[in-house]
Amino acid sequence: MPISTAEVEHVALLARLKLSPEEKAAYTEQLNAILEYMDKLNALDTRDVEPTAHVLPLRNVFRDDVSRPGLPREKALQGAPEVSEGQFKVPRVV
Amino acid sequence: MEYEAVIGLEVHTELKTASKAFCSCSTAFGGEPNTHVCPVCLGLPGVLPVINRQVVEFGLKTALALNCRVAPFCKFDRKNYYYPDLPKNYQISQYDLPLATGGYLKINVDGQERVIGITRVHMEEDAGKLVHVDGPGGGYSLVDYNRTGVPLLEIVSEPDLRSPAEARAYMEKLKAILQYLDVSDCKMEEGSLRCDANVSVRPRGSQTFGTKTEVKNMNSFRALQRALEYEIERQIAILEGGGRVEQATMAWDESRGVTTVMRTKEQAHDYRYFPEPDLVPLEIDAAWIERVRRELPELPDARCRRLMDTFGLPAYDAGVITSSRDLADYFDRVVALYPDAKVVSNWIMGDFLRLLNARNLEPGQAPVPPGELADLLKLQKEGTISGKIAKQVLEEMFASGKGARQIVQEKGLVQISDTAALGKIVDEVLAANPNVVEDYRNGKEKALGFLVGQVMKATRGKANPGLVNQLLKERL
Amino acid sequence: MELYYLTAHELSDLLNRKEISSEEATAAIIDRIEAVDGRVQAYLTRTAEQALEEARAVDAARARGAALGPLAGVPMALKDNLCTEGVRTTCSSRMLADWVPPYDATVVRRLKEAGAVMLGKLNMDEFAMGSSTENSRFYPTRNPWDLERVPGGSSGGAVAAVAAGEAYYSLGSDTGGSIRQPASFCGVVGMKPTYGRVSRYGLVAFASSLDQIGPITRDVTDCALVLEAIAGHDPRDSTSADLPVPDYRSSLKPEVKGLKIGVPREYFGAGMEPEVAAIVRRAIAKLEELGAVCEETSLPHTEYALPAYYLVAPAEASSNLARYDGVSYGLRVPGKDIIEMYMNTRSEGFGPEVKRRIMLGTYALSSGYYDAYYLKALKVRTLIRRDFEAAFEKYDLLATPTSPTVAFRLGEKAGDPLAMYLSDLCTIPVNMAGLPALSLPCGFSQGLPVGLQLIGRPFAEATLLQAAYAFEQSTEYHRRRPELGVA
Repeated sequence: MPISTAEVEHVALLARLKLSPEEKAAYTEQLNAILEYMDKLNALDTRDVEPTAHVLPLRNVFRDDVSRPGLPREKALQGAPEVSEGQFKVPRVV
Repeated sequence: MEYEAVIGLEVHTELKTASKAFCSCSTAFGGEPNTHVCPVCLGLPGVLPVINRQVVEFGLKTALALNCRVAPFCKFDRKNYYYPDLPKNYQISQYDLPLATGGYLKINVDGQERVIGITRVHMEEDAGKLVHVDGPGGGYSLVDYNRTGVPLLEIVSEPDLRSPAEARAYMEKLKAILQYLDVSDCKMEEGSLRCDANVSVRPRGSQTFGTKTEVKNMNSFRALQRALEYEIERQIAILEGGGRVEQATMAWDESRGVTTVMRTKEQAHDYRYFPEPDLVPLEIDAAWIERVRRELPELPDARCRRLMDTFGLPAYDAGVITSSRDLADYFDRVVALYPDAKVVSNWIMGDFLRLLNARNLEPGQAPVPPGELADLLKLQKEGTISGKIAKQVLEEMFASGKGARQIVQEKGLVQISDTAALGKIVDEVLAANPNVVEDYRNGKEKALGFLVGQVMKATRGKANPGLVNQLLKERL
Repeated sequence: MELYYLTAHELSDLLNRKEISSEEATAAIIDRIEAVDGRVQAYLTRTAEQALEEARAVDAARARGAALGPLAGVPMALKDNLCTEGVRTTCSSRMLADWVPPYDATVVRRLKEAGAVMLGKLNMDEFAMGSSTENSRFYPTRNPWDLERVPGGSSGGAVAAVAAGEAYYSLGSDTGGSIRQPASFCGVVGMKPTYGRVSRYGLVAFASSLDQIGPITRDVTDCALVLEAIAGHDPRDSTSADLPVPDYRSSLKPEVKGLKIGVPREYFGAGMEPEVAAIVRRAIAKLEELGAVCEETSLPHTEYALPAYYLVAPAEASSNLARYDGVSYGLRVPGKDIIEMYMNTRSEGFGPEVKRRIMLGTYALSSGYYDAYYLKALKVRTLIRRDFEAAFEKYDLLATPTSPTVAFRLGEKAGDPLAMYLSDLCTIPVNMAGLPALSLPCGFSQGLPVGLQLIGRPFAEATLLQAAYAFEQSTEYHRRRPELGVA
């Protein structure tokens, strides 16, 4: 088993997901099935292979340093769940 | 046992570009909350970053000024962690292929020069601002994204620093270099220059490192020095008590003067870095590097040598004056108008800096223009005012913003060098102090000083001290 | 043929000849949507009033004698992961159920400038994660050819709408086959352009290094028209290529003589329905008959594309979807502190497949596993690219099935994620290599459409379109329309 229930719990915390006991069990089983399938990749010797992070050979794409007006504040805040004093309001950050 | 500290600094400096790192929003400090924001820096669904060319230019300047090797190929990575001041919950940064590595800068502490290694310089984006509201009706936080996406350089030193004083000297030197390069405002109080420290202690002479802690939340040079002093003492006390230093992130509490644990090793973040797919890599060729190198301004060390060579200033004076580009520029402008460099340097290092510091001003904010200081020095040299009066006038110039000549005139501070007028006052003083005159004639040299003082008092300091001396001696 | 079943270019001709107004055509489509969308469930949001207004504006411009492009006044709709200013963009997620973007995606802006009339936003698998559109948090979309079957996914709504006469064309997004697989299932033309051909700005990201927006149309001519309208460099997207956009329509010559087409044998392997394989082989034979030179070839790393994809895509997704945290937009489920608020919001806001992929991607990037999983997958990605590079030294195009099967039944694969993932076996390698590919109707198996996938060299969309056009002009599949019943 590549991944234990404890690891599933740790990963869920990293990803800020709260899992029910049923979800924990289901994800442990499914992730194990998927990761076992991934083991296929270990059949390939990739020691001397460069990774591909980008498929296009693009380099040095820039913008000029010109400042432009952004969104009016009402628009910036329009989708916010909670607003106070022109700011996004959230539960106390510990 | 004797211990030595091992300190490395991670400095973040906000770059003074016009627009943010990855969008066109203004970087201006101090706007109303959430008024310098757009879909990109708000991290709305669907947006993409595009790097501001000037960020790379400023990064290159800094890297070269710090004697770094610029990477021919570098890329951006995502640093993933959840915090409400980070709208995407990842920060665009550079991880395994930073802009530049392997540099150094020189510091001077107690007359001793030390070379401090620079591990790396990389580009990243700043986070927003959180305000915590406590008390009745409180218990929440407010988020302002104006600073989100402002470009930062992270400059990481080698663990080469051995004392809080060295750490402070390193920060001051780095700040000077960044200001000379004109890439950052370097205002610690506004957060445009910030510093975290990795600190460990070990028995002096040991070659291995002790367990380190990371100290955060030091918002001034003074805080840096105090926090490091405290943390070093704390670690030594643990070791002396037979304990072990725990790896942790500590926060400096300025008001209580202590460091407290923010995060233990177990709570350390797993940042899950991976290459930023939305930005393409950078290739910086030799021609680009050479162009930036050619455009580098004179840096503090070179300017310091120049002041020593050109004006014969002592190393200490030259060091103080070149510690800030604005101060050195100020010096140059005064010297151009009043060519006695040593006098200028004495005035700048003395009353000028004292008055600036008292008002919490940077050299660039001095209310006295260089021409006015030169005028003041000329007035003194011409004998129009005495040195003592000159100091008063400078204070008045700082307070009122008026010119030296205007103040001297308005307040009637012109030195009395008229032999007849002064002779009359001298005579009055002699007549009023027969005992002292007697003492002097009996060989008490000190009595003369008292009489000079009386004349100065009578003229409210305006008497030409040389002439007073001469007149007194003639009559005695 | 019914007005709503014409192609975009056919409607455009009617509009140009002023035989019909855009307003009339739009009203007709709105009626059609009213009539059939209860069964198909392609739309999430309809913007009928706005569409009629846009149509009237185009009619007015036409009356003034303004120079109008071929898409002016033609009603279309968008997959609901393309940001539309003022019109909610949900990604079929509870997380964004009420989110109204303050900006338009670049493709949306370009279509608006071309005079497009937008009918609404189309259903999809939540955040484009899925192959059946059953992962929508609202409702599943049904296949117009058999309402008990899935339309494919994740662009199921976008494809079903075009197939069912509910829009003349639509835009979808394709990360691992999300345009092509449903296009194949629903008998329409779907193209994933070269990575970088079309700006991604305003496409809600799933996996940034793989995502690409593309057209979904009723024939190849429409595909060329729509691609031309949306393609091209965008200064807001660093990964968009700064290359000129060819006149794709002029490449539409029914001419494949001498074109060299490779047929990779790995795409006809296990899991392939024999009849689908046979239909695709017949289609390839047809191309040969038209003068193309077809021969079998090999892309030896094909079988590794799927496992590598399911590391790369979830890893990027885990980071891209971190922003849905209840702080500044979208759903918030309260909690006693910030962490609990995050956890509650994300647990309720995301559906099971999205959470599964976030978990998988977070794991693949986490400390101690990065090299074994993520880095390994990036290296395998290089091997997959090299396979294609080698093949394109010999061939102008590659021809494969788009999907190993025809549309499956609703619920058939819902309980088995891995089985669902295998549905994208033939399309995923193309995204891993960033290549352009399209799916076009090439036959029917048990009354259900089968798609032929053509894969081209980077930025050789014109070659794809030309071969597809030649095939289409010599066949009738693209003229068939579904009856919206049960097969």
